[in-house]
Amino acid sequence: MASTKVVNIPKGGFSFENCQRNNFMANQGFPAPKAVKTGTTIAGFIFKDGVILGADTRATEGNIVADKNCFKLHYMAPNIYCAGAGTAADLEMTTLQMSSQLELHRLNTGRQIKVATANRLLKQMLFRYQGHIGAALVLGGIDSSGPHVCCIYPHGSTDSLPFVAMGSGSLAAMAFLESGWKPDMELAEAKVLMRNAICGGIFNDLMSGSHVDLCIITREKAEMIRPFEVANVKGERQGSYRYPHGCTATLSTRVIPIEIESTVVRPVAEESMDTA
Amino acid sequence: MYANPNSIINPSLWPNGPAPGCFFNFPGTSVTSTSSKSGIITRTQSPVTTGTSILGLVFDGGVMLAGDMLGSYGSMAKFRSIERIIKVNNSTVLGATGDIADFQHLKAIIEQKVIDEDCADDGFTLKPKALHTWLTRVLYNRRSKFDPLWNTFLVAGIEDGEPYLGCVDKIGTAFSDSKIATGYGAHIALPLMREGLEKKPQMTKEEARALLINCLRVLFYRDCRALNKHQIATITKEGVTIENNIELDTNWEVANFVIGYE
Repeated sequence: MASTKVVNIPKGGFSFENCQRNNFMANQGFPAPKAVKTGTTIAGFIFKDGVILGADTRATEGNIVADKNCFKLHYMAPNIYCAGAGTAADLEMTTLQMSSQLELHRLNTGRQIKVATANRLLKQMLFRYQGHIGAALVLGGIDSSGPHVCCIYPHGSTDSLPFVAMGSGSLAAMAFLESGWKPDMELAEAKVLMRNAICGGIFNDLMSGSHVDLCIITREKAEMIRPFEVANVKGERQGSYRYPHGCTATLSTRVIPIEIESTVVRPVAEESMDTA
Repeated sequence: MYANPNSIINPSLWPNGPAPGCFFNFPGTSVTSTSSKSGIITRTQSPVTTGTSILGLVFDGGVMLAGDMLGSYGSMAKFRSIERIIKVNNSTVLGATGDIADFQHLKAIIEQKVIDEDCADDGFTLKPKALHTWLTRVLYNRRSKFDPLWNTFLVAGIEDGEPYLGCVDKIGTAFSDSKIATGYGAHIALPLMREGLEKKPQMTKEEARALLINCLRVLFYRDCRALNKHQIATITKEGVTIENNIELDTNWEVANFVIGYE
């Protein structure tokens, strides 16, 4: 009677097996390691011709800047982009997975994807993982029913609003959006407002910084402007500490040649390849 | 020779009873606030009736303080006409965030200070920086005894002809700046105030007032414990004016754009 080895093809998705063990370990004093986060300022709002999304470019690991110029505006579909705040790995993988799912859906239906579809897919996935996937998203796009901006929270709730901001710098960004947003803004003033909102986060929130990236989605195209504004320029080194050749005077020179006593040549036989 | 009369008459008159000057823990109740293993007595506090942010801005020729008139009882908007900004004297104004009871306690002490100064009649009045320093010492001392006054104070005034704006925390962190906001204002209003002052470092009184009212409006939109009724205090060389009961005009047109949550 032979024992049949049944190969278990594991089902895709997150396995919650280790959660109990992790909790136990955390209680014993071995907490989980810190993930790279994007303590962030992201914002999105609707203007006259479409949707504009903006993000800063700092990724933090605890209190250290892990990446000075990371990219937080993710492609979802030709007409939908997504800005992400939270755990960098979660955001990257979630948006990549969703973007593939959306492409398959588009091929299946033969129509341009609706923002509401992307919204639904994202929130259903995030809710399934009960907030353990740390992804807070600002989804923006334009479809047959008009421009839409949604914010999606890590636990799976969504809000569809004319203007939103997420991330640690969201309070500063929201202050500027509340002061300056009005319906049917022109592109130029929309860009200025978004720049102000993200810069509000960059300069007033320690976890956001570096530059401002923008993504403008209209019916004709989606335009990615990276960077829209280099808000923090690295300083120029004023001078060089290198001493030029010849600035130190030579007082005296003494040359000691290395004497070659004898030369030995030893041929090394070519070893055959070990094919054991 | 002379024995303790108590021990003769009644050796154990009131065993484990109250002693004068000491705390008495009634038997049968749980004691929560006395010493832990290390022997430190902590009177842990949580604020009861609280006030939200106060905003302060220095403009050309003076200082302006603004804050709403709400005393929140947890999440209930209980007291809607609390004056959290008070005039100390003709050159100083004090605003408070946090526990209203602690603020009223200090307010009484400060008012008595001003009266005493008046009685001394020596021509000297309390200057804003002096009040700021005194407050810092009081608050730091209380926190060092694990019994803080749960407030953040903003002191504004004219010090030697120059506008002065200073802030003290409940743990005694003190600093002075040309724009300060406490509570949620630090996250929401301070970015707006910083940007406004960067564009125009020497604002006029009207511009400062417009900026503060805009900040108060955004705070009313985004702070759950805010109210749309405010006080604005202006301190210039001429003196102190505190306007009360200023209502905000708010724009809720955004509501027309919100349908559902997807």
